[in-house]
Amino acid sequence: MADPMKIRAQMKGDVAEIRILMSHAMETGQRKDAAGNTVPAHFIQSITIDVGGKRVVDGQTGTAISRNPVFGFKMKGAKAGDKVVVNWVDNKGDKRSDEATVA
Amino acid sequence: MEMNQTRRIVLRGAGSFGALSALIMAGVLKPTAAFAADWNKAAFEAKDTPAALKGLGAGSTADSKDLVLKVPDIAENGAVVPVDVISNIPNTTSIAILVDKNPTALSAQFSFANGALPEVSARIKMGQTSLVKAVAKAGDKFYIAQKECKVTVGGCGG
Repeated sequence: MADPMKIRAQMKGDVAEIRILMSHAMETGQRKDAAGNTVPAHFIQSITIDVGGKRVVDGQTGTAISRNPVFGFKMKGAKAGDKVVVNWVDNKGDKRSDEATVA
Repeated sequence: MEMNQTRRIVLRGAGSFGALSALIMAGVLKPTAAFAADWNKAAFEAKDTPAALKGLGAGSTADSKDLVLKVPDIAENGAVVPVDVISNIPNTTSIAILVDKNPTALSAQFSFANGALPEVSARIKMGQTSLVKAVAKAGDKFYIAQKECKVTVGGCGG
């Protein structure tokens, strides 16, 4: 299983800023290794963010997201103490779910 | 004898069906995963922007100054290009990021709900100098903003 995500969710006024760092190779399927063999595509395809039990972001990604993806989102209606749950699934079926609390 | 065999086949059938439904109930074999939508293969595997937009259901797009796309003028490393998209278009429900000259144009698409503001920051890969495009959906209309980013070292092969 992949390494945990780093999730930071912070209130700035009435807006919660959510930043997520994922640990993933994000192979495009176009890169060749030292021996000249094509490295198979391996990339995150779907990302969801739930805050306080509600789905706020539902995303899909392709191969053109950088290695170890970083995403930033903002939302209204969240408050300190709300639970943030982030999920991703990649094209090989690997997945991760991590949590943080709005600060 | 014959009776017995039939019975056995019926039982076997019932057994495997039972096991399957138990797995589905236990959540091991979910008919669809906990993720809302299936990966949009048609859009993400499209080679160019028009085909990717078609895959997203965006047949026609209108230029909009209320859709703000921030990408650097020059990216020294195409493997990591920061992109920010902010939509000031009322009722924006989703934002997509595309790179015209990448092998597959569509980078990502995000839908927003329950208080999420229609904006996203991400880091994308660019194979070469290209127009970067942001497409926002508001109601049943699609809006577009674009900006060129010069890439010194491509980030797709290597």
